[in-house]
Amino acid sequence: MARDWASNESPVTEFRKVRASGAEEAFDRNAYGKMAEMGWTGVIVPQEHGGSDFGWLSAGLVIEELGKTLTASPLVANTIAASAIILGGSDEQKAKYLPKLASGEMIGTLAVDESAHHDPAKVATSVAGGKLSGTKAFVHEAHGADLFVVAADDGLYLVEKGDGVSLTTRKLTDQRSHADVTFDGAAAEKLESGGDSLVDDVLDRARILTAAEMLGMAQHVFDTTLDYLKQRVQFNQVLATFQALQHRMADLFADLAQMRSAVEGGLQALDSGFGIDRAATIAKAEANRVLHFISSQGIQLHGGIGMTDEFDVGFYLKRARVLEASWGSSSYLKNRFAALSGY
Amino acid sequence: MATQLEPEAASDEDAFRAEVQAFLAQNFPAELKGKGNLLAGVEGPTAESPTQKAWREAVGARGWGTPTWPSEYGGGGLTKKQARIVEQEFAKAGAYNPIGGMGVMMFGPTLLEYGSEEQKHEHIPPICRGEIRWCQGYSEPNAGSDLANLQTFAEDKGDHYLVNGQKTWTSGGQWADKCFAIVRTDKSDKHNGISFMLIDMTDPGVEVRPITMISGTSPFCETFFTDVKVPKENLVGEEGQGWTIGKRLLQHERTNISGGGALARMMGASLGDLAKKYGETNADGELADAVLRDRIADFEIRWNSFLLTARRAMEESKAQGGVSEISSVLKKLGTKLAQERAEMLIEIRGLQGLGWEGDGFSDSELQAVRGWLFGKASTIYGGSTEIQNNIIAKRVLGMLDHQ
Repeated sequence: MARDWASNESPVTEFRKVRASGAEEAFDRNAYGKMAEMGWTGVIVPQEHGGSDFGWLSAGLVIEELGKTLTASPLVANTIAASAIILGGSDEQKAKYLPKLASGEMIGTLAVDESAHHDPAKVATSVAGGKLSGTKAFVHEAHGADLFVVAADDGLYLVEKGDGVSLTTRKLTDQRSHADVTFDGAAAEKLESGGDSLVDDVLDRARILTAAEMLGMAQHVFDTTLDYLKQRVQFNQVLATFQALQHRMADLFADLAQMRSAVEGGLQALDSGFGIDRAATIAKAEANRVLHFISSQGIQLHGGIGMTDEFDVGFYLKRARVLEASWGSSSYLKNRFAALSGY
Repeated sequence: MATQLEPEAASDEDAFRAEVQAFLAQNFPAELKGKGNLLAGVEGPTAESPTQKAWREAVGARGWGTPTWPSEYGGGGLTKKQARIVEQEFAKAGAYNPIGGMGVMMFGPTLLEYGSEEQKHEHIPPICRGEIRWCQGYSEPNAGSDLANLQTFAEDKGDHYLVNGQKTWTSGGQWADKCFAIVRTDKSDKHNGISFMLIDMTDPGVEVRPITMISGTSPFCETFFTDVKVPKENLVGEEGQGWTIGKRLLQHERTNISGGGALARMMGASLGDLAKKYGETNADGELADAVLRDRIADFEIRWNSFLLTARRAMEESKAQGGVSEISSVLKKLGTKLAQERAEMLIEIRGLQGLGWEGDGFSDSELQAVRGWLFGKASTIYGGSTEIQNNIIAKRVLGMLDHQ
């Protein structure tokens, strides 16, 4: 279902329209409404709070399909925000926010990092007397968000958009919504449950879900590149007959298989509740490595037309790097893997 | 209906698990705990102790060494779930599967698919009992990657074939009882002139010469056939079908070479732990060499996703019923990663990791060196990495031959 909808209702031409509109929130509210109608905004939300509770593998499947067509929507950000409330929220907070996030009435996003590099250990944002102050950098989907899940030095807080919240747009290569968000004594309620590891646990969900989007992107670049090699003729031969290109594609195919396994491994870990930190690290690290390679090779193998704005393949490169840097670059993740493994 | 069936199925499983546990308690000798299988692969000659023999016979009689093969041919006749239980309980007890080798990994599954009833009844039961060692007669001096260029010729002599030619890289040839071979029965047709036949290694005219490898061991042989008489009933499938059957067998081989489980066991301890042992750590207990630490993590992340890939492929191949073309991907990835690990192990140990012999080196250090050298073969045999790339490109991705 997700595949049909993405390819029929939300092909890359829809992303082009969003880009052309120049709207800062950079997504189509009408399309997001349809996703909500199909239940995609509540896939991981418990039924008692208005979701379908279909689990992370299902959520990942939808996100992957939307990644294939570069569908611009706050679905990933919203799902991550919902997961934070599921893990750390009180009964009142869950009852107040989850039904709205699940129905699409409200959009949530996660705001942790305070610089251009992912580093949850460096958080200066603090809360005094229920008022949160600090600046979060490059917050995904900040323009469309109604609710921010904000990391302060003593845990996660919920802050609704409104007084004391201001945005500075940061236009990145992916042409999506990013902003530095300054909180100046904004009203905040803490997510009290979930224990000391709540921030890490939510970030692991962000890593895995982002990796699922990246998987869709990598799969799409691979598929379209393969199609292109099969029809482009040079030296009176289709390019697909050249062994140098065949072996490169075999390498990409094998890497893509690794990436898919790692991402599915992450989603399965979330559904089973076991070994999530390692699985998330592996999923995002492999997503970073493989999408980096495939998105670059997508351009190379398309040749000159891959450099043009008219061809879609460049959009994937420009989104890829943004996602690679989000929630952990490759070096961050390797360091984390080593630390988790005790060396 | 379903609610009634499920608990019953679960209790069946429990009962079967108890049966396996009872079997192990009765038959598995404590002294073999944690030992490996001597017959497996190309590791060496069988020097079976009476205890090992008894264990092999006990497992062979049940068919549990080949748990999912049909019981009418001596297999276990178990469901996949039951086979998993056998595997789990054996592992828990520290018991190895004494039934292995190329008969189990490659030849058996292929014969079950292509063999006649008579052939299956003759050859499968001894494999299930671990009584017969098979070797593979595929490569020749001029037929490596271009395997179909093989020249060993089987001349039709009415009731038998007369086989002449040379095979090479015959793994375990010096210890094998029988050989499954692809030979030429028609010189006019490269691929359709190949047939798959079974040759007794004790027959007159069969000569085996071990080849010493860079690792100092001789797991491979040259095998010479001079006027070897092969009965007609040893032809598997039809004359000229050998390329098809032979390729099918290679899919089993690739899956086994890369088979996540076996590789995972082979890999042993984490590289990070070894590096801590051989190198220095900082105040946080991290490896002091940050560059090496990064590279180890990089490797282990990819290794972990390979294990997930192997598991995924196994689940998919079970769902599809048999090995698939993804075996080329697994072979290509698994062998490369294993080589990479062996190289990194040497780097971690420094010159201590390059010992050839002597008391100054531990057994595991010396084994790693030989393994590193022998492992260079893994990206060559079973279809080199370049051949796997061709297979992936052409058969999986549908990229075309050069015109």
